[in-house]
Amino acid sequence: MLEIKDLHASINGKEILKGINLTIREGEVHALMGQNGAGKSTLSNVLVGHPAYEVTKGSVTFRGKDLLEMSPEDRAHEGIFLSFQHPVEIPGVSMVNFMRAAVNEQRKYRGQAALTASEFLKLMREKRAIVELDGKLANRSVNEGFSGGEKKRNEIFQMAMLEPTFAILDETDSGLDVDALRVVAEGFNKLRTPQTSAMVITHYQRLLDYLKPDIVHVLLDGRIVKTGGPDLAQEIEQRGFDWIKKEVQ
Amino acid sequence: MNSEQQYIELFAQCEAMICKHSAEVLNSPRTKAFEDFKRQGFPTKKVESYKYTDVNKLFAPDYGLNLNRLDIPVNPYDAFRCDVPNMSTALYFMVNDSFYNKALPKSNLPEGVLLGSLKDLSESYPELVAKYYGKLADTSKDAVVALNTMLAQDGLLLYVPKGVVVEKPIQLVNILRADVNFMVNRRVLVVLEDGAQARLLMCDHAMDKVDFLATQVIEAYVGTGATLDLYELEENTTATRRFSYLNVYQEADSNVLLGGITLHNGLTRNTTRVTLAGRGAHIDLSGMAIADKHQHVDNHTFIDHRVSDCTSRELFKYVLDDSAVGAFAGKVLVREGAQHTASEQTNRNLCITREARMYTQPQLEIYADDVKCSHGATVGQLDENALFYMRQRGISEREARLLLMFAFVGDVVDRIRLDALRDRLHLLVEKRFRGEMGKCQGCTMCK
Repeated sequence: MLEIKDLHASINGKEILKGINLTIREGEVHALMGQNGAGKSTLSNVLVGHPAYEVTKGSVTFRGKDLLEMSPEDRAHEGIFLSFQHPVEIPGVSMVNFMRAAVNEQRKYRGQAALTASEFLKLMREKRAIVELDGKLANRSVNEGFSGGEKKRNEIFQMAMLEPTFAILDETDSGLDVDALRVVAEGFNKLRTPQTSAMVITHYQRLLDYLKPDIVHVLLDGRIVKTGGPDLAQEIEQRGFDWIKKEVQ
Repeated sequence: MNSEQQYIELFAQCEAMICKHSAEVLNSPRTKAFEDFKRQGFPTKKVESYKYTDVNKLFAPDYGLNLNRLDIPVNPYDAFRCDVPNMSTALYFMVNDSFYNKALPKSNLPEGVLLGSLKDLSESYPELVAKYYGKLADTSKDAVVALNTMLAQDGLLLYVPKGVVVEKPIQLVNILRADVNFMVNRRVLVVLEDGAQARLLMCDHAMDKVDFLATQVIEAYVGTGATLDLYELEENTTATRRFSYLNVYQEADSNVLLGGITLHNGLTRNTTRVTLAGRGAHIDLSGMAIADKHQHVDNHTFIDHRVSDCTSRELFKYVLDDSAVGAFAGKVLVREGAQHTASEQTNRNLCITREARMYTQPQLEIYADDVKCSHGATVGQLDENALFYMRQRGISEREARLLLMFAFVGDVVDRIRLDALRDRLHLLVEKRFRGEMGKCQGCTMCK
């Protein structure tokens, strides 16, 4: 599904990714772990086409297509979704208008007719239930005045609306209490199908207990230095990253 | 270059003709206005209050005038269906400076309310009009006001007697219509006696492709406990220059809402002066400008807190694209003794391109010690993080920009107290941002 080869990327002239190689197949959940500054968020930003990052070398193909050639919106239309580490507040733009624009542009890209107002509102109601998102929040401006937990819940709600084939969860567990984490993680699991894949960026085992990744990677200084099964995440939880650093050196 | 010379000569030569086709009440202040105009001349850009708009240059071209009051053939009711749908209004038209009274809507104004040609009504009610006309717009302080007073022959009068409530909003469509480059000097007088209530929406439309120069002076006197909503919506061509001067005088416990929206224009200079003269008066002053290409919008506001316990709330927002230029200079003066004043002034602006220019000058002058006043101004670009967030959800860059711009001015539109007008404006603003101009649907005139 997703194939990253020798990916180098920089921001403001500073190289952050120094040769990433990663293949994610249909239905797989990969966890990406690593200390702050290792390049985890940079990788997710590069995959969704954030304009601040420059790809200097390498290639990324997504379901056979050259991802790096596509605009951020077309990547979204192709089925890539990023649950932002810091969801952006957009005062004055209502959740309804925002989601309607997103859903209908995606449908247009796929040659489907736009949803009618009532079809759309029905869809909103259905999907809201998955993450137990309060109806009142859906009537507010995008993320404005939402608590940290509500923002993350709102990310998964948007994911439910857009039904991506590949989702990136960038520290979706940060700022969540235990109950909210369960709701968000269970919501995510409900949305999974045998065809959907995900890349989960996290510092903690807690989220992975719910999501049960197939493969765990450790990112260090812009490279994947270690790859293993779910037990690798547990080992990191107990021992930290230093032993991996030493191993690499 | 001194553009005033041609107007001095014009008045000297045509004074008799101007007066002949106007009314005594409008004629009597002309001589003083002429002296004031000659003495001042047009302001240069060195004059602080006109720093951002070159008045001299704008008045320099030769414009035609209709001092002889020849009938201009147009039937606005046939040509113009610019009513705000779902808003039941009493709809009136003004062609240039002439109140169109050939086909009036069925009169549904309460008894005692006067609405119509300022010239005609000041002939019928000379004492009433003379009591208010020219009292707020000071010709000695502003050359454009002096020029307007010197030349204006007609316009609109709205008079609401004591305690009378005009339920239905009054909509006045000002049409600029001419076959040659043309100057219009329009005068509006609004008088709300104690406890009276009225809502007035004025829409400006330039109908022809010629160059228009329109000056307008609005004087609004709002009595004790009276409520006035006054909206001005400009949808002019890029070849229109608009100089509007609005002076509002508020007695105790009066409540005024002013909303000035520049949806499409050429060059606009709006001066708004508000005097809070009686305790407990409240003013809500808001404005919005959407400009692109080489459009120019200059708002100059002054709120005078003369006495205690008054409140003012001011919000202006600009969205400037291409090489548009915006200016906002807003002053709030809290005089000695005006205790318990609550005043807030906000000016926020978006410059979409590097070429767009915004000049903002918020000013707060306070001579009382027990007041709550705030002011703030910002000039910025669209939030790149928000743009990217939206694009990641599949919203195209263009659409994302539109949604953000639309959201940016949304709170100005939300201040409108007429539901139908507010909904209409949200739609017009969206159309404007989509480049579909601010054309009204079903309107055959603004092609």
